[in-house]
Amino acid sequence: MAQTVHVHPLLQVRDVGKRYGARIGCADVSFDLYPGEVMGIVGESGSGKSTLLNCLAGHLEPDTGQVIFDTRAEGPIDTVTMSEPVRRMLGRTDWAFVHQHARDGLRMSVSAGGNIGERLMAVGERHYGHIRDSATDWLGRVEIAADRIDDRPTAFSGGMQQRLQIARNLVTGPRLVFMDEPTGGLDVSVQARLLDLLRGLVREMGLSAIIVTHDLAVVRLLADRLMVMKDGHVVESGLTDQVLDDPQHGYTQLLVSSVLQV
Amino acid sequence: MSAMIELIDVGKSFTLHNQGGAVIPVMEGAQLSVAQGECVGLTGASGAGKSTLMRVIYGNYLAASGQVIVGGVDVAQAQPREILALRRSVLGYVSQFLRVVPRVPTLDVVAEPLLAVGVERDAARDRARALLSRLNIPERLWTLSPTTFSGGEQQRVNIARGFAHDYPALLLDEPTASLDAANRETVLALIEEAKARGAAIVGIFHDEAARDRVCDRVVDVSAFTPRAAA
Repeated sequence: MAQTVHVHPLLQVRDVGKRYGARIGCADVSFDLYPGEVMGIVGESGSGKSTLLNCLAGHLEPDTGQVIFDTRAEGPIDTVTMSEPVRRMLGRTDWAFVHQHARDGLRMSVSAGGNIGERLMAVGERHYGHIRDSATDWLGRVEIAADRIDDRPTAFSGGMQQRLQIARNLVTGPRLVFMDEPTGGLDVSVQARLLDLLRGLVREMGLSAIIVTHDLAVVRLLADRLMVMKDGHVVESGLTDQVLDDPQHGYTQLLVSSVLQV
Repeated sequence: MSAMIELIDVGKSFTLHNQGGAVIPVMEGAQLSVAQGECVGLTGASGAGKSTLMRVIYGNYLAASGQVIVGGVDVAQAQPREILALRRSVLGYVSQFLRVVPRVPTLDVVAEPLLAVGVERDAARDRARALLSRLNIPERLWTLSPTTFSGGEQQRVNIARGFAHDYPALLLDEPTASLDAANRETVLALIEEAKARGAAIVGIFHDEAARDRVCDRVVDVSAFTPRAAA
């Protein structure tokens, strides 16, 4: 007698594959992501997780498959075959991409406030006061002091740059966030703060997210679901704690048993 | 009345792919039925599979065979998002270990399950405060992360978190272990209150007096241990 919830997937991925010449980047990847879900993708370097993320986010064109996104205006559309301008617009509005290195996702020569405001202007906001207010609000939400609004990100620490990148990405109220090793290269104390921030934002904004990482502790705390990749293929997927505590595939068992206990 | 938690012929084995593919059967033919307002204690020697059975019910371990029905959902077959929805609103679990994001204040750790089911922040924090007070966690600790607390304090934070939302089904793994008499009494009272409001509870209690007081019956999991060694 369980109630059936009629929710459509936000993202439907079907048989996505990408080759680099004869080498497989990723192959036969299919999954559905629902609104509010956070999915982690883990695997060692070269397992194809970043290739997959870039195919999903429209940064790379997959050789095969469909990436169907449930758009606000027209419902589910395959983003692989949509026109470049439409996909770029999606990248500025409903999607966000948080890079591992903040400098890849920020304009380093523009002030912190400008970095946030730029994304708002890209979706048509023109009122300077509104933009400045939004930028101030978002700096506060990512725990950057308001008096740093006119400083350039070059004057920020690594952790602050990463938080600024997140603010720049989330200011337009995206529905789907792609993250590539968002806590990589940060001190553990800074990582913890960032994890807490991301978890809060995901819950409050109802975001869906796909997070690529090789850090199993990060996915345990952030991701609802987990996909394990090896040699370009998904070898196992399921509920995060089930995959980590009762891994079914040999590779996942090796991965989980290789983590150093603290 | 239909059971809130029902296990039908559940089996579990572990396949160790990196140790020659050894298959270790740990449970077979497990049956369990827990009605609303009922508390069932799992017994059996250490290693008999009490925690394994709890983890199978929670969906943390994947059942190899059989059905694990909780609130109408077969956990053994359900999609991750169905299990997540079940854990959010129906099925609570108080484990022996506290696992939280570092640096999150204790008050928020306890209030989080309520926020997840849509309770307003102030109301969630009020409930968290009430539980932390009852469990004698000093107020000066509420703004600190529980990761630095003593073992007994962490366990009480874990219990407060597990009882924050009124789950219709609850799994309790040694909830009274390492508690002093006053806190043990509080935990037993919380369990009795949960039963009174209709929660179906499965628990592991090494504390026999506690087990006798709150459990309506016990199930010896040794009965589900595979007979012939593979």
